[in-house]
Amino acid sequence: MITFEDVTKLYEGSTKPALRGVNVQIEKGEFVFLVGQSGSGKSTFLRLILREYRPTKGTVFVLGKDLNRLAGWKVPGLRRQIGTVFQDFRLLPGKTVYENVAFALQVLGRPTSEIKKVVPETLDTVGLASKGARLPEELSGGEQQRVAIARAYVNKPKILIADEPTGNLDPATSVGIMKLLDRINKTGTTVIMATHDSTIVDQMRRRVIELESGQVIRDQSKGVYGTA
Amino acid sequence: MRHTLRETWSGLRRNLAMNAAVVVTIFVSLTLFGMGLLINRQVDVTKDRWYDKIEVSVFLCVKDSSSGNCDPGQDATQPQKDAIQAALRKNPEVQQVHYESKQQAYDAFRETFKDSPLLDTLTVDQMQDSFRVKLVNPEQYKGVVAEAGVMPGVQAVVDQHLILDKIFSALNLLKWGTVALAGLLLLAAWVQIANTIRMAAFARRRELGIMRLVGASNWYIMMPFLLESLLTGVIGWALASGTLLGLHEFAIVRNAQVSLSSLRWIDRADVYGAIGWVAVAAIGLSIIPTLIATKRYLRV
Repeated sequence: MITFEDVTKLYEGSTKPALRGVNVQIEKGEFVFLVGQSGSGKSTFLRLILREYRPTKGTVFVLGKDLNRLAGWKVPGLRRQIGTVFQDFRLLPGKTVYENVAFALQVLGRPTSEIKKVVPETLDTVGLASKGARLPEELSGGEQQRVAIARAYVNKPKILIADEPTGNLDPATSVGIMKLLDRINKTGTTVIMATHDSTIVDQMRRRVIELESGQVIRDQSKGVYGTA
Repeated sequence: MRHTLRETWSGLRRNLAMNAAVVVTIFVSLTLFGMGLLINRQVDVTKDRWYDKIEVSVFLCVKDSSSGNCDPGQDATQPQKDAIQAALRKNPEVQQVHYESKQQAYDAFRETFKDSPLLDTLTVDQMQDSFRVKLVNPEQYKGVVAEAGVMPGVQAVVDQHLILDKIFSALNLLKWGTVALAGLLLLAAWVQIANTIRMAAFARRRELGIMRLVGASNWYIMMPFLLESLLTGVIGWALASGTLLGLHEFAIVRNAQVSLSSLRWIDRADVYGAIGWVAVAAIGLSIIPTLIATKRYLRV
């Protein structure tokens, strides 16, 4: 599903590579935690999957495609199969919850009849069925993140990428978000989540990939946050 | 499609003042551009007409003439006339030469100045005979003038081009002045459009970011911006076209054509032609800066 082959990424103007000789294979339906300190290369890892950048060296394969050879105009097609969630939610403040989720389908040109059917279903999945008419600012942080997850998931992506999705949330709310991501994973969606939250990683007992200075120093199934 | 139109509309409204300024700049620059094209056309039309008619006249010596290459008190001799005619015929720039005798000149004069009291005192003998020369290319006259001017028996070479050249150089100045001014304004319009679109894209960068994230196609993202600037371009073009048609109607059809009817003036078809070119400029002017300005927000 996702393969990194000897991937090195050196940002322009930097001497230290953000990723160095990374080899990782992620299978369909896996739930993977990406851990490591700030600046260890987690975000770069995720951005290479989204093809926001190309690797300086090595090859990234996503959904059977060599991203080095993927033409620029085909990148939107790739991203339609990848849902993305961020720490800061990135909702549109002027649009209601319903509209925020529907937006993701509208910009793909989906018919209104489909949008009217799928969006309430997805809001129901994330537990916000009754809040479709609210504006993001009227919601709690946890609820806003659920909206963001609904938006990422509404198109039924094959891969869900989450960059510190619980970073702004309190522990109790975070548990709820993790349950939601777990449920999405159980439908067959591959979930890759970068996090600093050791409690969550230790509780979930899923595959853990630890990065340090751009290198994979640990890749453990049913792992915990720290090695100690 | 509905989304595209809605976004275009909201973009236009949000930036109403800016868009109005852009329309004005496009309007004025396109009008000037069109005027430059029309002046250019008018110069061509006038040249065709005038240059086609005018000739170089080589006036021959008569008894009364004292200047030029004349023997005082004598008509040009027949050998001199033959030599002049032969020289003119041999010149590759000359298309046609015909001799106008004193009698012919006299008749032409009588015809032209029918009502003049001078007519009665004029005799055939006082008229001057001449060679009338038609040129292959009316703009290449200097060689003929120089050659004939030094031949014996030639009193003077009169070339109507000299007068015309002054008029045309004034017209050319006007033409290039308009073109230069139009160029400057087109450049200003270009920058203004790029800037307006960049600001609009910046204001919507959040939405654009999410669109890219969920995989909206580049066309889909760019379309509202393209339509927005295309609409300002079309409005500017329509205003410019109206102005050009109005100018033609009032300045030429109702004014110049009436008072200077002997000249050929540009017609409606010429104005439509210019409007067509102005449309091409309007489309390029609205689309190209927009593509450049939004590129940054569409980089994948």
